[in-house]
Amino acid sequence: MNSPAKSRKVKLEIMRYNPDEDQKPYFQTYDVPCQDEWVLLDAINYIKDELDRSLSYRWSCHMAVCGSCGLMVNGVPMLSCHAFIRDMPEHIKVEPMENFPIIRDLVVEMDGFVEKLAAVKPFIHPKEKRSIDDGCHTQSPEQLMDFQSLTQCINCMLCYSACPQVALNHDFIGPAAMALAHRYNLDSRDQGREVRKEVIASNKAIWECTFVGACSEVCPKHVDPAAAIQQAKIAATGDYFKSFLMPWTKKSSNGKSRNDKKGEKS
Amino acid sequence: MKQSNGHYLRSTDKYAWYLKKPRYIPYMLRELSSLFVGLFSCIIVWGLYQLSQGEVAFTAWTQLLWDKLLWVNILIFAFAFYHSYSWFMVTPKAMPIKFKGKRVPGFFIIGAHMLLWLMASVLVFALFFYGA
Amino acid sequence: MNPTNPKDYHASHKPIIWSLFAAGGTVTALLLPALIALIALAVPMGLLSADLFSYARIQDLIANPWVKLTIFGIIFLSLWHAAHRMRCTMHDFGVRADGLVIVIFYGTALVMSVILAVALIK
Repeated sequence: MNSPAKSRKVKLEIMRYNPDEDQKPYFQTYDVPCQDEWVLLDAINYIKDELDRSLSYRWSCHMAVCGSCGLMVNGVPMLSCHAFIRDMPEHIKVEPMENFPIIRDLVVEMDGFVEKLAAVKPFIHPKEKRSIDDGCHTQSPEQLMDFQSLTQCINCMLCYSACPQVALNHDFIGPAAMALAHRYNLDSRDQGREVRKEVIASNKAIWECTFVGACSEVCPKHVDPAAAIQQAKIAATGDYFKSFLMPWTKKSSNGKSRNDKKGEKS
Repeated sequence: MKQSNGHYLRSTDKYAWYLKKPRYIPYMLRELSSLFVGLFSCIIVWGLYQLSQGEVAFTAWTQLLWDKLLWVNILIFAFAFYHSYSWFMVTPKAMPIKFKGKRVPGFFIIGAHMLLWLMASVLVFALFFYGA
Repeated sequence: MNPTNPKDYHASHKPIIWSLFAAGGTVTALLLPALIALIALAVPMGLLSADLFSYARIQDLIANPWVKLTIFGIIFLSLWHAAHRMRCTMHDFGVRADGLVIVIFYGTALVMSVILAVALIK
């Protein structure tokens, strides 16, 4: 026999903003009866369905793989589908993700973020040109393990909301972009480190990071961008000194080393 | 501030952002510990300079260090300890080590660093005692 | 600034100062608490005799040029680690006068390094 579902009255204080009507955002409070197993997204959907049709917010998969539903929950960046009501106090403050301009209500502008991802050239730069007839790259499980955790990024932008350096400088390329660059730099199929260096080892990227570590703490997929950035700092330092002390190992900008053997299959 | 495209950009308090969330306080303390590291280094430089100036100067410096500067040194010690502790908690993130094909868990790398810290500290005392 | 335009990025020479920072951080993390306890706290707390820090004994202890070099290395790294970190922390505190901050902190580190070298050579 089923016992009646437990339900709890929760106060959601949600930031609202209508660009056509408002000069600045304001808070609106809703009383929501929450089931025991609900996540914040369920509560917000309840508001949209039953209380206020005008509320705007992003969501999709409801299972922490699409990266759409990022929000500030009592000041902490979280995915609303990953934030269990039972773990929260009765009064919950919900705001759009920090460090991004608000388009409307809980929806933020993503354009800057997407451009930063594109800036690190996030695709394989192969060691040499291959044709379809050459077949696939081969890669061992150990080689995959080197960078696998970095492939788990769902582009949810929570790390950008958590990072104080992003808050202080919106031009800072940010954790996800650098983790993405490092993902390719560690990939055994890729030879693009030289190409990415222009952006990564610049004044807007790794050297702006002061290793606060908040990015890794909020990441729902345990990508650990903080670790990736520190490893990138060490790699960039090595590259920097090598280019002064051993200039004969310099690679040209298309990524080919002067010492590359021709016709070598990976 | 409302932008020209209607989107609203929230501002960040560049002077007090770290007071707004508990998570940022340990970070600022960690960074501030470097001030005390630098301060102690300056005290040592001063001491070595006094050493080069002769017995009277050096003895005066040691007396000052142990008497008037005692509480400053206690504070420096607390921050230096926090620097060491926080440094070894995060260094392992920059060193992904593999053993027999598997990633070594951070716990072991941190532990190894802490052990090294202990051994180095013992070495400092030992060298001081048996050096002369 | 357009993130996808490479011309908006400038190559950074940070690696030089960052290497000093990282090396200094590791060295101070390993050695400083013990050094502070030994030099500044042991005698006032009654754990060690002040005789161990007599002028004659200390002179003797650091007479060896390798010892002097090691001491210089440790203190030099420690100074520059602190200088760079304080520069970054000033930015975190909202201070936006990077040029002035550089002069104050790196300048102090430089002056201290010179005094240190002079003192040790004597």
